[in-house]
Amino acid sequence: MTWSFRPNRRGFLAGTAGLLASTALPSLGLAQPPAHGGRLVVAADSEPRNLNPAMVASNGVFFVSSKIVEPLAEASFEGEDGLAPRLATSWEGSPDGLSVTFKLREGVTWHDGTPFTSADVAFSALNVWKPLQNLGRVVFKDLEAVDTPDDHTAILRFSKPTPFQLIRNALPPLTAVLPKHLYENGKIDDNPANNAPIGTGPFRFAEHKPGEYYRLIRNDTYWGKDQPYLDEIIYRVLPDRAAAAGALESEEIHLAAFSAVPLADLARISKVPGIEVVTRGYEALTYQLVVEINHRRKELADLKVRQAMAHAIDRKFVVDTIFLGYATASTGPVPVNDKQFYTPDVPQYPFDVDKANALLDEAGYPRGDNGVRFTLKLLPAPYFNETRQFGDYLRQALAKVGIDAQIVNNDAPAHMKAVYTDHDFDIAVAPPVFRGDPAISTTILVQSGIPDGVPFSNQGGYANPEIDAVIAKAAETLDPAERIALYKEFQRLVAADLPLINVAEWGFITVARSSVKNVSNNPRWAVSNWADTWIEA
Amino acid sequence: MNRLLRLTRRRLWTAIPVLMIVVVGGFFMLEAAPGDAVDAYVGAIGGDAELIESLRRDWGLDQSPLHRLGLYLWSLAHLDLGMSVTFSRPVRDIILERLPNTLLLMGSATALSFALGSLLGIVAGARPGSLRDRTLSIASLALYAMPGFWLGLVLTVIFSVHLRWLPGSGIETIASGKTGLARALDIARHLVLPVTSLGLVYLALYLRVMRSAMAEVWRLDFVLATRARGVPRRRIVLRHVARNALLPLVTMLGVQAAAMLGGSVVVETLFSVPGLGRLAQEAVSSRDTPLLLGVILTSAVLVILVNLAVDLLYATLDPRVGTGGRT
Repeated sequence: MTWSFRPNRRGFLAGTAGLLASTALPSLGLAQPPAHGGRLVVAADSEPRNLNPAMVASNGVFFVSSKIVEPLAEASFEGEDGLAPRLATSWEGSPDGLSVTFKLREGVTWHDGTPFTSADVAFSALNVWKPLQNLGRVVFKDLEAVDTPDDHTAILRFSKPTPFQLIRNALPPLTAVLPKHLYENGKIDDNPANNAPIGTGPFRFAEHKPGEYYRLIRNDTYWGKDQPYLDEIIYRVLPDRAAAAGALESEEIHLAAFSAVPLADLARISKVPGIEVVTRGYEALTYQLVVEINHRRKELADLKVRQAMAHAIDRKFVVDTIFLGYATASTGPVPVNDKQFYTPDVPQYPFDVDKANALLDEAGYPRGDNGVRFTLKLLPAPYFNETRQFGDYLRQALAKVGIDAQIVNNDAPAHMKAVYTDHDFDIAVAPPVFRGDPAISTTILVQSGIPDGVPFSNQGGYANPEIDAVIAKAAETLDPAERIALYKEFQRLVAADLPLINVAEWGFITVARSSVKNVSNNPRWAVSNWADTWIEA
Repeated sequence: MNRLLRLTRRRLWTAIPVLMIVVVGGFFMLEAAPGDAVDAYVGAIGGDAELIESLRRDWGLDQSPLHRLGLYLWSLAHLDLGMSVTFSRPVRDIILERLPNTLLLMGSATALSFALGSLLGIVAGARPGSLRDRTLSIASLALYAMPGFWLGLVLTVIFSVHLRWLPGSGIETIASGKTGLARALDIARHLVLPVTSLGLVYLALYLRVMRSAMAEVWRLDFVLATRARGVPRRRIVLRHVARNALLPLVTMLGVQAAAMLGGSVVVETLFSVPGLGRLAQEAVSSRDTPLLLGVILTSAVLVILVNLAVDLLYATLDPRVGTGGRT
């Protein structure tokens, strides 16, 4: 089924119509059987230096490698706990939190013909996810051993109780399985398969022409019945964003994911016949627009000042004008679209300039002769147009309450060093990612005691023993309901004390030719395996 | 011929200190930019303190800048350009992969702008002050004022998106399996738009230089003499005026070759051509020092060679050059 949402209306209408007459919907492709064959050409804006998804858990790497190397399970709209099986067919945690048992899929072979077994899972977990992977180092830190009683059972054993809920939520992004027989000899960093991956996925790696394209070809021995439908996937390297929109219109490419087409172009391109703008398919990759605060600054260490700043930001304006409606206003550190952990029951900071001014007066920072209370150094992250634009807006919004925020623009490495290593900022605009569980990459944003230089972590010198205690408790709480309650408490504490200010959250946009079917049918679609994607002849 | 050899030898000799200055200067400029290759890499993927430290060690970034510069110069003395940290491949291989595309793009664009520019310059300079001259001058000024990327976008929208005559990106059709003449034609088709948008902007320069040089030559006595002898105007324009006005144009060619390397950064990004310009931009944004120095060094060698060729051409055209009495 194709999910085409020109902001929401058509999807809604299609849903209602479906209730009335499910046969009268030829345009939704329900009756059409998927066609085999064809070459899908998609836009890629970067070429990662390492295509190994087990080592580098990042969307840039997954975008290409997720079609070749598979995880144990994938995110799903319909599946139980939001998961669909991939290399594992079932998973179960022990009541003491010390082990997780995976039943593995039988009859799966690597692209070189070797059978896939539990030894591959044990090797990947112990030698790659835990010691080498950027995110796995946190989630699998207490992993001690992996038992393999038979070829299709792998039991992860932990030295300390580890919440099964966390492991389950981490399955899609963190558990890509590597072939042991190709990685067991030599240094994993230098393995040639890092740049020409070999996996169990629906597509095989064919070639990479640097600066031009990646080419993947159909894996004829894939375990999925009749899958994949496509013969080939080509990733064309298109570094210029305006060029991606042009290439879609001239039918040089079929699809541009991760908002490769700028938001400002969407209104125009959605009117071009044969092109769809799709907003689904990024639910498990929610980006958050956050104001990071350096609590070493005397003024910013004062809660009233932080509350005043939160009141000074018009979230509706940010959503409507900067994100052109393709975003949601935030209430706290967990995004609204998260079904497990989100709670709206936290202190809110509605847009109120008078209240913000009053709070600043109360805090003891009166306006000077020039109307300015104090000056701040504002560093907008350069990764997205929207983070830069929000930086410009924030300067104006703070000027209205008498705070002079001076913008310092840097390129990506300079921004990294200034904010996360040198702490040479007062406030910064950051786009952290919520990855389905607060323990993966969200609590680190406010937790204390993190060494200097760790990107996307608390480098603002904030320390709150109460929040630290809740984070520590949740990390060892096994009961899912209790764990969720702790993270709801975490959201309340963060929203009350404002170690950082959550402003908005957004998913990316996919723009595709209507001939491409089964687009965005899971919450991590762009970084899933595309085994069921097909092209209408 | 002896004269030309001497000139070549002198030029190549002075090239060595120039290249040294370029390498050392480039190194410290990138060093002065905040953040290093690890910051750039980790910024894209995230990671913890231990990972960052081990990456810095692996990539040799825990050494002092002087130590690293020393190592780089040492390997350079052995004609080794080192390893790129972001591509984890030898810099030489990466550059050799990209160089032909840039040379093709630059060469065609230079040929286009030089040929068309000087031709139109002759047309304009044949009658300085005429309506034709003024129209061409204004048109060329307008063209010169256009930013290359804007011209590129407009050309793409017209010829690639709307008319669909020409491809809007890439250097050749992807994985087409074409070889020989079919492949050459395919590449030529892909080059039309980038070469046009790069070449048109520089065309104006040649046109204006040619035209003003011709306007000056018209005033010289020998032109008056040829006119007095009753030589046909067409012959005066082509044989006498244009020919004498060509010299400054040749100088211009040397200068423009360097400028075009800069312009290719924008055009290569816009049209997704995998060339040196785009590589330089990627190297800066990932703080990949060996790669950037390799690109800078290659470009410097290119510029030196083009200038040498121009000087030799100049010396052939004008016998006064390179006789030793030149200042």
